[in-house]
Amino acid sequence: MTDQAVAPEVGRARLRKEDARLITGQTNWTDNIDVPGLLHLAVLRSPMAHARIERVDVSPALERPGVVAAFTGRDLAGELGSLPCAWPVTEDMVLPDHPPLALDEVRHAGDPVAVVAARDRYAAADALEAIEVDYEPLPPVLDLEEALAEDAPLVHADKGTNRAYVWPLRTGEDYASVRQRADVVIKRRYRQQRLIPNAMEPRAVVVAPLAASGEYTVYSATQIPHILRIMLSTVTGIPEHKLRVVAPDVGGGFGSKLQVYGEEALALAIARKLGRPVKWTESRSEGYLATHHGRGMIQDIELAATREGRLLGLKVDLLADMGAYLMLVTPGIPILGAFMYPGIYKMDAYEFTCTGVFTTRTPTDAYRGAGRPEATYAIERMMDELAAEVGLDPVEVRRRNWIRHEEFPYTTIAGLTYDSGHYEAATDKALALFGYDELRAEQRERDERGDPVRLGIGVSTYTEMCGLAPSRVLRDLRYGAGGWEAASIRMLPTGKVEVVTGTSPHGQGHVTSWSQIAADVLGVPFEDIEVLHGDTQTAPQGMDTYGSRSLAVGGAAVHRAAEKVVEKARKVAAHLLEANEDDLEFTNGVFSVKGSPEARKTIQEIAFETFTSHDVPDGMEPTLNAEHVHDPENFSYPHGTHLCAVEVDTETGQTRIRSYVCVDDVGRVINPMIVEGQVHGGLAQGIAQALYEEAVYDTEGNLVSGTMADYLVPSAADLPEFVTDRTETPASTNPLGVKGVGEAGTIASTPAVVNAIVDALRPLGVHDVPMPCTPERVWEAIRSAQSSGTAQKEAPA
Amino acid sequence: MIPPAFDYVRPTGLDEAVRTLADAGEEAKVLAGGQSLLPLLRLRLAFPELVVDIGRIPGLRGVREDGDVLAIGALTTHHEVVHDPLVRRYAGLLAQATETVADPAVRHRGTLGGSLAHADPAGDLPAVALALDAELVAVGPGGRRTIPARDFFTDYLQTVLAPDELLVEVRVPKREGWGYRYEKFHRVAQSWAMVGVAALVRRDDGHIAEARIGLTNMGATPLRAAAAEEALAGAGDPDAVARAAQSAAEGTRPSRDASASPEYRAHLARVLTKRAVLAAAGMG
Repeated sequence: MTDQAVAPEVGRARLRKEDARLITGQTNWTDNIDVPGLLHLAVLRSPMAHARIERVDVSPALERPGVVAAFTGRDLAGELGSLPCAWPVTEDMVLPDHPPLALDEVRHAGDPVAVVAARDRYAAADALEAIEVDYEPLPPVLDLEEALAEDAPLVHADKGTNRAYVWPLRTGEDYASVRQRADVVIKRRYRQQRLIPNAMEPRAVVVAPLAASGEYTVYSATQIPHILRIMLSTVTGIPEHKLRVVAPDVGGGFGSKLQVYGEEALALAIARKLGRPVKWTESRSEGYLATHHGRGMIQDIELAATREGRLLGLKVDLLADMGAYLMLVTPGIPILGAFMYPGIYKMDAYEFTCTGVFTTRTPTDAYRGAGRPEATYAIERMMDELAAEVGLDPVEVRRRNWIRHEEFPYTTIAGLTYDSGHYEAATDKALALFGYDELRAEQRERDERGDPVRLGIGVSTYTEMCGLAPSRVLRDLRYGAGGWEAASIRMLPTGKVEVVTGTSPHGQGHVTSWSQIAADVLGVPFEDIEVLHGDTQTAPQGMDTYGSRSLAVGGAAVHRAAEKVVEKARKVAAHLLEANEDDLEFTNGVFSVKGSPEARKTIQEIAFETFTSHDVPDGMEPTLNAEHVHDPENFSYPHGTHLCAVEVDTETGQTRIRSYVCVDDVGRVINPMIVEGQVHGGLAQGIAQALYEEAVYDTEGNLVSGTMADYLVPSAADLPEFVTDRTETPASTNPLGVKGVGEAGTIASTPAVVNAIVDALRPLGVHDVPMPCTPERVWEAIRSAQSSGTAQKEAPA
Repeated sequence: MIPPAFDYVRPTGLDEAVRTLADAGEEAKVLAGGQSLLPLLRLRLAFPELVVDIGRIPGLRGVREDGDVLAIGALTTHHEVVHDPLVRRYAGLLAQATETVADPAVRHRGTLGGSLAHADPAGDLPAVALALDAELVAVGPGGRRTIPARDFFTDYLQTVLAPDELLVEVRVPKREGWGYRYEKFHRVAQSWAMVGVAALVRRDDGHIAEARIGLTNMGATPLRAAAAEEALAGAGDPDAVARAAQSAAEGTRPSRDASASPEYRAHLARVLTKRAVLAAAGMG
């Protein structure tokens, strides 16, 4: 009998195991969870950006039907500590108190002031209207530069400054002297508008107490059940081992659920106080105020280069909007970008400074890409400016500066070691798919005949650092935790398999991908594997899901744990087959003795033998289990080339994306369909920043774009058909050869789109359009270029 | 949806509905397709004590010919309007504009009558009703009355309908041989028009004999671009149309909001009027 070769699972476009349950509604989102005696919470929020609370009276709310309790910040002050910030980026960082319910002052529109617990959600919402609050208005702090002025009003008066921190990085030669020898110095200011994350499932939390034993189960729509457990224990004083945190199926996060939120702490404190289960679910417009925002930076960038277009140095000055408080990793987000401003390019000097600034707006924190989209935007926009300045094609100027494939591993000016990459291959493939030369020819032809609809071509050759993160690097960055990930694998007596992972998927398809990884190593069918996650009781160890880390760190842990199971099984097989371990082959789940293939045991048989333990080697534990905790040796560095063609209607200012081609290198691919999905979603979010989304505040600090009618999230109808392809340069720093893919599309696409718009308009004298490039802003940019007479007669070659 | 508390009734006949509205006075809101009212309730921007659901009243849905006029029941959904052969034949502008309303889910619920009675100047159909010279039939305690569209819209979200009056029918003159085009400018597919232009053009011997231009979101109510209409009469080539379209924003008072300034809206009105008329006249 010969073993039939089984095609490997890794690399197959498997349909996701999760989907049948999710798309037929046979699951429980947090808001669907019901517990007998459940009370519903509603939170009263500040209508003002900044005010002193003179008085809060919740007693009228208690008169309302169905209301069980109502609390002010003072009422709960003894039970709740400050919400945590786990990333004090500098020793002298200013860390203000962040009470889950405001005490004396509100510091952004939406800051919580009081909370009601009622028998149903309607009663809770109605009762909020009865609460009386007297506010004494204080001046809002909205402009990042004005906030740093000597006499600026303060967000946190007790801190004496709106400057949260100053974080510098200077590497390579001295920038000032490099600048001296440059032929070309280009200076630009870019604005990263604030973005509001829009996970399909809003945030929600349910807390079920077990009074007799002082135990609490917290169900939360979170990306981070493990971190949340530790932090909620710290904030509430409930011992960690008495807390169980469950992330049920979670409908997206994009970083917005990488957080320890006040409502989670409040729900826990109120459940403890009342001895009853409670639930809180945000509405969409409430989430716009209360869930953290992303981006929000002013970037002053200076680039020094030779007239041949070779980069000499880069200087970056950031003002980063922290919002009103420092939340879980707020201060670290721009610092994640610090290492990415040099992108894929070689240079001699790099100078970076980030100043974190408090404002009276919703706090910022991680949002898909977290620091790297901002950095990539700046360098990729600047490379186009350099190309225009020295008269080179934007692709050529990149070729002259990027790290060549034979130079890997390469330590960048910012100090990261890129283990692998092939920028030439990805770019060549993308140019061919895009029809770059043909589009350039069409662009010239349309320009010559004065077509009012102008064609523009945008290039973005990006890389990013993800797979967070080597624990020692995190130590050097002053991050408050490690970056490892845990996995354990149990072979059950009947030969089926349970994989337990510390990652916490919320749309990424880990159940499918982890099954594929384990199936190949164990030689068991894909269908025979279940993946358990998102519950600190069943998956007690983990660092959760964010920063495109799950596969490169958590997937690697699953892979190694599976290998350990096979190593253990091999010992049992050798014993049963009376052979030497070295004489055993293991193929497709079958151990056989070399040279005598009839002497064989399947891994399922080994699992049963180990379970009965009637005849296992001396000293062998009666289980076929293994676990592994993987601490990565490096980040992973996906890269790629994105090309965007836009048509800009100069009469109306409207931009239409005509074609979009991306060739990404995410290393070895476990499931191409899941990768494709990640790229599509990532592109949509990056394009959304370029063209559509912006959190708009008025001069009083009110959020004007407070609903989805005003905050424009594009849908499939607004996006082009994406042409996606890949090159595959394996990562050398993890056993799977994989790199992250969750954020790559978002990081790469924003500059590709804006570069294309500017490329279309550059002959008219336009050098920039602020994001989002709304039709009115494009129209304005054309008008002001025309009125200042900067239009050139010809487009650059 | 967590709206404030309200009472709910679902009358089964017109008389009952009108009586109910008359009894409730200012405190009642009419629910038809719910695509405008429900968001207001959800955001707690409307606090009606009573919601009167007219969805089960017979005879208010569908399109029929009535001599020179198409009579469209107020409860006819957008989806039905888009696909109705009579509307497509005699009031193609209405079908074309209705097809741009929001998304398919909204179009299957939302109604023509509801959209007009809600009187949002950013809605597509009020301006179309103006351009079409539609008449609106209302029923109240005093009986039926017919209101020309030009007299119907009084201010932002305001109409001449009394609190106890129900819009029951929209009457559109049958037109054949007219060119039409609805040009809608919006930033994402499902969003409201930043500006919209509804153009109806009758050509005679290569010239524009008559043009009727409705403007969406150029003021507190839908508007007609009267100056542009006048200037377009006799226009025989694209340049003449472009010149005439320059007066499209005359007499308008567009608002400023997060998506556009009044100046930009006025500019768009001129550009879109040019495009809509060129397309309607077959000169594009």
